[in-house]
Amino acid sequence: MERIIVVGNGMVGHHFIDQLIQQDKLGQVQVTTFSEESRLAYDRVQLSSYFSGKTADDLMMTSPEYYDEHGVQYFVNDKVIEVLPEEKIVVTASGRRESYDKLVLATGSYPFVPPIPRPEDKAAEENILVYRTIEDLEAMTKSGENSKVGVVVGGGLLGLEAAKALKDLGMETHVVEFAPRLMAVQVCDGGGAILRTKIEELGVKVHTEKNTKEIVAGENTRYRMNFADGSSLDTDMILFSAGIRPQDQLARETGLELGPRGGIVINNQCQTSNPDIYAIGECALWEGKIFGLVAPGYSMAKVTVDHIAGEQAKEFAGADMSTKLKLMGVDVASIGDAHANTEGALSYSLSDEARQVYKKVVTNAAGDRLLGAVLVGDADDYGNWLQLFLNDMPLPVAPEYLLVPSSEEGAAAAMGVDSLPDSAQICSCFDVTKGQICQAVRDGATTMGDIKATTGAATGCGGCSALAVQVMNAELENLGVEVSNDICEHFAHSRAELADIVRVKKIKTFEQLLSEHGKGHGCEICKPAVGSILATFWNDYVLKDDHISLQDTNDIFLGNMQKDGTYSVVPRIAGGEITPDKLIVLGEVAKEYDLYTKITGGQRVDLFGAQLHELPKIWSKLIDAGFETGHAYGKSLRTVKSCVGSTWCRYGVQDSVGMAILLENRYKGLRAPHKIKFGVSGCTRECAEAQSKDIGIIATEGGWGLYVCGNGGMRPRHADLFATDLDDVTLMRYIDRVLMFYVRTADRLQRTSVWLENLEGGVDYLKEVVIEDKLHICEELEQNMHHVVESYQCEWKSTVNDEKKLARFSQFINADEPDNNLQYVRERGQRRPATEEERIQTIEIVEAP
Amino acid sequence: MSELATETWTEVCRKSQLSPGTGVCALVKGKQIAIFWEGISDQIFALSNYCPFGKVNMLSRGLIGDFKGELMVASPLYKQRFSLQTGQCLDDESVSIPTYQVKIEGDAIKIAA
Ligand code: SRM
Ligand SMILES: Cc1cc2nc3c(=O)[nH]c(=O)nc-3n(C[C@H](O)[C@H](O)[C@H](O)COP(=O)(O)OP(=O)(O)OC[C@H]3O[C@@H](n4cnc5c(N)ncnc54)[C@H](O)[C@@H]3O)c2cc1C
Ligand code: SF4
Ligand code: FES
Repeated sequence: MERIIVVGNGMVGHHFIDQLIQQDKLGQVQVTTFSEESRLAYDRVQLSSYFSGKTADDLMMTSPEYYDEHGVQYFVNDKVIEVLPEEKIVVTASGRRESYDKLVLATGSYPFVPPIPRPEDKAAEENILVYRTIEDLEAMTKSGENSKVGVVVGGGLLGLEAAKALKDLGMETHVVEFAPRLMAVQVCDGGGAILRTKIEELGVKVHTEKNTKEIVAGENTRYRMNFADGSSLDTDMILFSAGIRPQDQLARETGLELGPRGGIVINNQCQTSNPDIYAIGECALWEGKIFGLVAPGYSMAKVTVDHIAGEQAKEFAGADMSTKLKLMGVDVASIGDAHANTEGALSYSLSDEARQVYKKVVTNAAGDRLLGAVLVGDADDYGNWLQLFLNDMPLPVAPEYLLVPSSEEGAAAAMGVDSLPDSAQICSCFDVTKGQICQAVRDGATTMGDIKATTGAATGCGGCSALAVQVMNAELENLGVEVSNDICEHFAHSRAELADIVRVKKIKTFEQLLSEHGKGHGCEICKPAVGSILATFWNDYVLKDDHISLQDTNDIFLGNMQKDGTYSVVPRIAGGEITPDKLIVLGEVAKEYDLYTKITGGQRVDLFGAQLHELPKIWSKLIDAGFETGHAYGKSLRTVKSCVGSTWCRYGVQDSVGMAILLENRYKGLRAPHKIKFGVSGCTRECAEAQSKDIGIIATEGGWGLYVCGNGGMRPRHADLFATDLDDVTLMRYIDRVLMFYVRTADRLQRTSVWLENLEGGVDYLKEVVIEDKLHICEELEQNMHHVVESYQCEWKSTVNDEKKLARFSQFINADEPDNNLQYVRERGQRRPATEEERIQTIEIVEAP
Repeated sequence: MSELATETWTEVCRKSQLSPGTGVCALVKGKQIAIFWEGISDQIFALSNYCPFGKVNMLSRGLIGDFKGELMVASPLYKQRFSLQTGQCLDDESVSIPTYQVKIEGDAIKIAA
């Protein structure tokens, strides 16, 4: 069997191996990979998300189990130090020798650190850093704990990402750039200026045209950076992000051909000067170019897989370096020849200082083809323009109209996906074309989930997902498939549409909605869903005559039905805080009605086994003692879990219990598409597990950090960091908006986690809606929430005070008897339903003569 | 569902005691019978209160509506649907539950069981 050795298990090395696995080629070859790092491949592109809550595990792209399962041999922490091309053997730092038939170098690159004189001691090792590996992140976090000021050297793409990270670590942050503008490679002067204003607005200080001469010990800070122009900057931490260099040392020592400025020279098949040795990814030099992005590396990996397998190989033909990113919340995109270097090229630009948007298009001399573009502040046009550029399509309108899409002519520029050729690349991360997506649809895919699973599109950076959805829907339409997200057979609308109808037309009852917008009698799906929507917007008493038939059994009897038909009783214990007196009342009531008593996973007490006729009596007692319903039965706010916080805990920095109680009382009446849970932790130790909740709040010195859309349960999801250092009022304002936006737009039974994952544009879009008020609805969202908060009533209190409603709480309408089918046994001092076996035995005993 | 000689009509409750779109349970000669008032068509149905899937007496507490035009109740525990007309389970052909005749005299609801 042919032996392949892959040196480097970074993003591209792993992709190469994964392609072999995906294409079922591992039966024919034996693969071994070595990594100098301590772990297998992880997602370097998403590195910065580590500072917004992702863990090293979240970033992993593969696992030992996955490699084991497919028979891939791997060695981590073992650098390849020598290649013997004659014997076809590699030697590693630990002394391992392995032979190969084909060798693949995927050694990536390393951060360039300019040779500036600087202190060389242990402190410097810990506080003068670079940004490329998970270990670097850990070092940054550690240094961040005892640094007040941080400087990033280099104002390129990575430098700005690093600046964001320093900001997230709570440092006063500076960016020092040699060139006269930020992101000199990607954007031009006009774009650079707007970018700079936006980034400075976010509190990062930008210093351009600064050439660092030396780093010396500082007076009040750890270091002082002296610049060539005589100025200086004081800082505690320095992060170099001044570009990357291909990791070509091993190739150099092996005698492979390198470029004049480094990089392993490869041909169109990705072979180096030794035909049995390939180089792929950031270490490879193709036609004098290094590609510092992951997508071209993936293409090289594919080409190499084909070539080694001896298949009619696709050749590597270079790659488009167009990029779209969000840097510190600012959209930045660059396409093709952004600097109009092509001969005869014409450029058109628009600099809108009021909106802080900069747009530029570069066309050929005839003005009918797009050669390049730059977007800063608003990159919505990126997808369409990229397609115009990549497919060399005639411009739909005169170039100047591309810049002003709100005009009538501009509107015409929004081209339909139908006009794209089949070869148009939709997803650059995984090289998926329009044709492949359409084929997947013809093969039966109907959702984005299907498309992701079959083509891989939109599973990388996610930048292509909006376009991929459009392509999919257009093809579904071409096939005559109706794209239906109707809630059920009675309404030809999605839940979100029904919510809009109810809200806008001020519909107050299910009957009205059914007669005006639906058909039939309704069912167990649409009735509770509409009940929930009505409750969200009008917040009537849920057992009001108009609504009672909509409630699922749990809501109708204000308790969760248990397996034997009895109910549970869960009073609200906001934040998990309870007085001894109230605790005693719970005990007394449980004892009186012989209820099974358990502490729940939500920091409160559940009393099980109450029969219908007992519920009102139990609740009357609880209400008299000051309890309220806990909505354990509702699709609504369940619990706000808290930790004890600064009140008692030696580490607490804010009053987490107080905040938890405040929030639980604020949102307790809100009916939603699914249940909602919060957590509030008093410091970053996170004892309240806030990051697994729909809304998570973690206290920091500077205020509250807000996390959104986490989930425990069947498919756990870490919440996304949404905003930091919030004061109480802003915190609540953001939560009002997020929750109202969720209840308006989510599907039936969709938790916030799934909702966010399906929200086009993801958490960035949610931030735009909630923080920047992109849709101009924030005021309305807050008003909606205000109404819910103001109109809260305890449903159990309203019920125990209503004779007619109480009549429903009995097993029989015509007899005062309990259900004779119930049977119990005692276990560990409490009552529980008899199992089926136990029931049979009891019956036998009863019937025996 | 023919009326057998042994079956007699029993008055179980008044219609004014019910809410449209919901059910209640009546005890008739030891049998638990679920009674539903379907509001849109203004019809009353009676069927067994026992759910053979959940093995619990609680169908009267289920949500009612229609499935492709067939009026039905969905069991509260595991959501199987039963035809209000025939008692046939709409999710499992092999299961059906007893139904009972209903008549309304003035405000009185009477069941044959
Ligand atoms: C009582 C309790 C278990 C316990 O003994 O501790 C419980 C009991 C039930 N859970 Fe839970 N869950 C309980 C805490 C949790 C937690 C932990 C938490 O809240 O911190 C979770 C994971 C966190 C989360 O939701 O993200 C949890 C995840 C679920 C799920 C899965 C949700 C998901 O998104 O995957 C379900 C099923 C569902 O809702 O569709 C569920 C459903 C249920 C139901 C409603 C099942 C049912 O339909 O009968 C149980 C009803 C019990 C009752 O009668 O009140 N329960 N459940 C806990 C009540 C907490 C409370 O005070 O309100
Ligand atoms: C913070 C950050 C953000 C980024 N953002 C983007 C982005 O938005 N979009 C984008 O397209 N790209 C982005 N990139 C670039 C992207 O991460 C790289 O293009 C990609 O990781 C290159 O993959 P690679 O496999 O060639 O190199 P790497 O991922 O660097 O992998 C090379 C591996 O080989 C190991 N190695 C080297 N020599 C040896 C040896 N002799 N023996 C054993 N192992 C060895 C290294 O330790 C390393 O683990 C970003 C990079 C960073 C750091
Ligand atoms: S984990 Fe399952 S069994 Fe346990 S309470 Fe939750 S839903 Fe019920
Ligand atoms: S372009 Fe990155 S996932 Fe498709």
